Amino acid sequence: MEFSIYDFTSFTKSLDKLLNENMSSFWATSIEMLLIGVGILAFYALVGLFLVYAERKVCAFIQNRVGPNRVGPYGIIQTIADLFKLLMKELIPIKNADKLLFNIAPFIVIIASFLAIAAIPFAKGLHAIDFNIGIFYVIAVSSMGVIGVLLAGWSSNNKYSLIGAMRSGAQIVSYELSVGLSLITMVIFAGSMQFSVIVEAQRDGWFLFRGHIPAIIAFVVYLIACTAETNRGPFDLAEAESELTAGYHVEYSGIKFAFFFLAEYMNMFIVASIAATVFLGGWMPLHVGGFSGFNHVMDFIPPFFWYIGKTFFIIFIMMLFKWTFPRLRIDQLLTLEWKYLLPINLVNVVLMALIVLNGWHF
Amino acid sequence: MELTFGQMMFYLFAGIIVLFSILTVTTRRILRAATFLLIVLVATAGLYFMLNYQFLAAVQLTVYAGGIVVLIIFSILLTSHISQKFEKIGLMKNIMGAIAAISGAVLCITTILQYKFSATNAAAEEINMRLIGKSLLSYDKEGYVLPFEVISILLLAAMVASIVIAKRSKTTNN
Repeated sequence: MEFSIYDFTSFTKSLDKLLNENMSSFWATSIEMLLIGVGILAFYALVGLFLVYAERKVCAFIQNRVGPNRVGPYGIIQTIADLFKLLMKELIPIKNADKLLFNIAPFIVIIASFLAIAAIPFAKGLHAIDFNIGIFYVIAVSSMGVIGVLLAGWSSNNKYSLIGAMRSGAQIVSYELSVGLSLITMVIFAGSMQFSVIVEAQRDGWFLFRGHIPAIIAFVVYLIACTAETNRGPFDLAEAESELTAGYHVEYSGIKFAFFFLAEYMNMFIVASIAATVFLGGWMPLHVGGFSGFNHVMDFIPPFFWYIGKTFFIIFIMMLFKWTFPRLRIDQLLTLEWKYLLPINLVNVVLMALIVLNGWHF
Repeated sequence: MELTFGQMMFYLFAGIIVLFSILTVTTRRILRAATFLLIVLVATAGLYFMLNYQFLAAVQLTVYAGGIVVLIIFSILLTSHISQKFEKIGLMKNIMGAIAAISGAVLCITTILQYKFSATNAAAEEINMRLIGKSLLSYDKEGYVLPFEVISILLLAAMVASIVIAKRSKTTNN
């Protein structure tokens, strides 16, 4: 079995061949599905834990504090300790809640983000499903997460959680438009919705530079809209602590609360990795057309690290947003989307179409 | 009989669709009905994925699961309280409903069973976005530009109407 950190295609192919030689195709497919499921689940949990730690550290440095520093060196094990605390907490049953929906809601939220992560290309050949409508698929499955939020807010039978859910619903439904339209702008430029094709097309330069003005506008709009879509500050009025205690998940405890918490961080990871893939070239190393020596040096860094680096760069920007801007009011939030971002986006789509038709790009 | 993966998944999805469709119309809580409807729609999207028609599956998820069900849930959140339940339906209504449902099912099933399905040897074709986009906007014999434009005018009219309604209620309040 050959294994290369630069290209996983041959590794997955040989694994598939090995399994198919030793058992029927039914069991081979089952085992492959199980392996991918367990792999993504482990990755999901690890990234979630790390993101919580990173958020606390970044927040602390921005507020001139130290942040977690007691458990392990630099407090690295802090979130693992927090996880065990959450796992051992009592699950409090709510007497007048709709118990079925109350228990289903966290799973809907987490399944929606889990479905989306399957379509993301992590490295060359390290890609669970490569649909020809990849971007559309991710938009479609991530639009289901809001249902979990709405159900959680309503079934808790609590006025704070209901208000939080309503706010969150209005916010996600409106900002979904901007996320979709800014990605469509890039789909026009790439001429494909397939993630592997999009990454391959950025071999000689990332779309952010090659598409120049409309691509940069789309990137900025995408960053704003996806921060809002993941219910993060400054758009976190769905869980505004000072007004709504915690918003839609106020009645949840223990592992069910952890599901909402984890899904929120993973949604941030997913939108950041889509931004990294569509605008910054995904796992493709930084290449400048013409400089073959420079390109060759860049190729030595494995694609997976490029992908992780770009994704965490975008996550870092989103964390800066959260800890530097004040929270918006609900009317300001809707004004920003419907009166500014949406018209800008529509004009930007036309501009991008014009540029692609005339070939005014690099 | 040895079941293939495809058949197993088909029976799984079909079972989910049948079970949750029945639950949707029999539950007495309105938000539960909406949730069961969501599960039916998602399972239908699963069937489209099985047919390798990913575009339709994604449309099903965005439009029905992410759009229409969210709107339904939103309006339920605005109008109803958690303690509200539908009234128990009387025996007579239950019997009449069952007769209507069964006769409809019998009609559909007999029609399907009478039709002779012939297996095709044509290779499975991947329907890509380019093909859909071109046929949606082509003037030719197989083009769909007229229905596309008619639907867009209908949507525009609906949007204008909803804005007019929303504006009017605001002015009368003042």
